[in-house]
Amino acid sequence: MSATTLHAPPLSRTRLGLRALMGAAVVILAAFPLLNMLPQDNVLHVSDFLVSVSGKWICYAILALSLDLAWGYAGILSLGHGAFFALGGYAMGMHLMRLIGPRGVYGHPTLPDFMVFLGYQELPWYWLGFQSFPFAMLMVLLVPGVLALVLGWLCFRSRITGVYLSIITQAMTYALMLAFFRNDMGFGGNNGFTDFKELLGMPLNTGAARATLFYASLLTLVGCYLFCLWMTGTKYGRVLTAIRDAENRVRFLGYDTTSHKLFAFVASAMMAGLAGALYVPQVGIINPGEFSPGNSIEAVIWVAVGGRGTLVGAVLGAFSVNGLKTWLTSAAPDLWLFVLGALFVAVTLFLPKGLVGLIQGRGK
Amino acid sequence: MRGRRLYLDGVSVVFDGFRALNNLALVVEPGEMRAVIGPNGAGKTTMMDVITGKTRPTSGVVTFGDLDLTRMDEASIANLGIGRKFQKPTVFDALTVFENLELALKAPRGPVACLRWHLAGAGRTRIEEVAAEIGLTERAHDRAGILSHGQKQWLEIGMMLMQDPDLMLVDEPVAGMTDAETEHTARLLARIAGRHSVVVVEHDLEFVRALGCKVTVLHEGTLLSEGSIDHVQNDPRVVEVYLGR
Repeated sequence: MSATTLHAPPLSRTRLGLRALMGAAVVILAAFPLLNMLPQDNVLHVSDFLVSVSGKWICYAILALSLDLAWGYAGILSLGHGAFFALGGYAMGMHLMRLIGPRGVYGHPTLPDFMVFLGYQELPWYWLGFQSFPFAMLMVLLVPGVLALVLGWLCFRSRITGVYLSIITQAMTYALMLAFFRNDMGFGGNNGFTDFKELLGMPLNTGAARATLFYASLLTLVGCYLFCLWMTGTKYGRVLTAIRDAENRVRFLGYDTTSHKLFAFVASAMMAGLAGALYVPQVGIINPGEFSPGNSIEAVIWVAVGGRGTLVGAVLGAFSVNGLKTWLTSAAPDLWLFVLGALFVAVTLFLPKGLVGLIQGRGK
Repeated sequence: MRGRRLYLDGVSVVFDGFRALNNLALVVEPGEMRAVIGPNGAGKTTMMDVITGKTRPTSGVVTFGDLDLTRMDEASIANLGIGRKFQKPTVFDALTVFENLELALKAPRGPVACLRWHLAGAGRTRIEEVAAEIGLTERAHDRAGILSHGQKQWLEIGMMLMQDPDLMLVDEPVAGMTDAETEHTARLLARIAGRHSVVVVEHDLEFVRALGCKVTVLHEGTLLSEGSIDHVQNDPRVVEVYLGR
C-alpha cells in the first residue's frame, strides 16, 4: 500500500498572534522600572505604585500559568493552588526572617521577634538552614512539590477526579490555613512574617530592590511561560490533553495516566511556589490569609477569564482581572466580590474560551 | 503464527447480586477472528471489560498466553498487546488525526520519554501507512473532533493498529454507520484479521455474516452457542433468545 507523506501544517495565524501579544506585554512591562526613573511631570512616567502593583501581578500571572498547566492541559481543577503559592511564600519568608538577625525589636541574635515573644528558647529544627539563600530556594520548590506529589499520588492512584478532586484540594488549603494560624506551629501564627530588612545583601524598600525584584519576577514569568510552551508542545503535552478529554481511553492505549498527571501537578505546584517566593519580598508580608480558599478560587477565575489551555490566556486573565480589582477596590470597594462573581458567571456562559477565545474568534 | 491464546474459563462478574457474567468460557486462538453476538445485557461489553482490566472478575480464570490478566491494570494489559475499540467512538477530539495516531504508536509511555519524544522516520512511515489504510490521509491534519461518526470509528481502529496488538477487541464497529461505511469497515477488519487475533462484538447479523468467522452467542452472561453463523442461526436456543417465546 502506498502512503502519502504527511507534513505538519504551519502554526496558525492566531496562535502566532497570541505569542506576539505575550512578547509585546513582556516588553512593555520591562520598560516600567525604566519609565519610573523619568521625572514625574513626563507623560511617560510610571508611578511607584504602578511598578509595585504590576510586580505583584506578574507573580499572580506565574500562579495562573501554573494553574493553567494543571487545569487547562491535564484537566486537574485545583481549588487549592493558593496553598502551593503560600508555601513558596512562607519558605521565602523564613529566609527573610533569618536575615533580620539581631535587628529585630527584641534584638535577639537568631530568634525572630515572634519566637522571642512566644518564649522560644531556641530555633525549631525546621528553621535550620533557612539562613542560606540556595537552601531556601530549594525549599521554595521542594515543599510545594512534595505536598503535590503526596496529595496527587493518593488522589490519582485512587482515580479521584472532577469535583471530588477539586473539593479535596480546597480542603487541603483550608486545613493548611487553620494550621498556620496556630501559634505553636512556629510560623508566626496569625501575624505571619513581616518587617523584612534585606535579601541577598540588598536592602528592601528601596527603588533598586523594587526594580530588581520586578525584573526577577518578569524573567521567571518568561521562563515559566517558555517552559510550559515547550512542555505542552511535546508529545507529553498531547498526552495531557488526551487525559483531560478521555482519561480512560488513554489508559487503554497503555499510558499510566497516574504518573503523567503527577508529573504535571508537581511541576505546576513548584511553579506556584516560585510565584509565592517572588511575591513575598515585594509585598513585605506573608500570613495565613494567603491560604484562604478564596485566593485559590480567584486564581481559577483569572485562568477562566483569560481562556484556559492557552497559556497566554492565563497571563492575560491574571493581569486583566487584577487590574480591574485594583481599580474597583478603590473606586467602589463594596462592589468587587459581586463583580468577580458576575465575571465568572458571564465568562462561563458567554465566553467559554475566555478573552483569548474572543481574540481567536476575531482572527478568523 | 505470532501472538498468544486468549483463555477465559469459569468467569463470573457479580455487581450487587446481579450476575453480569456467569461461568463464561471462551478461547480465541492466535490469529483467529471471532464474532460475539447476543441480545442487550448478554454481557458482551462486560466480557471486554474483564479482558482489558477495567473490571475485575468475581471468580474465574482469564489468561493471555501464560499471563494472568486478572492481576494487571489497564495500561499494563494494553502494553502486553491487547487493543480495544470502544462501542462509543472515543478519539481525542482536541488533537489531529495524525496526533491521535502518534499517541497510539508503540513507543515508551512514561512522562519523561514523552517529553523527549521525537517522531523518527519509521514511526512517521507507520502513521502514514495506517492513515492510508483507514482512508484518512486527506484528513490527517484535521482535528478529530470534526470527523464524521464513521471516520471516528475508523480512526479508532487505526489507533488500535498503531499499537500493533496481538489481540484486538472491537466493540460494535458498525453501529450507526451507513451501508457504504459498513462495507468499508468489514473489508478493513478482514484485512486486519490473520495478522492479529480479533474479537468483534456486533448486533448486526448481516455484518457478522460478511466477516465469515466463527460466532459465539452470549446470553445472560453465559455461553449459549458457538459455531459457524449458519449453525448458530439454526440453533433452537438461539432462535428462542432472539425471537422470544
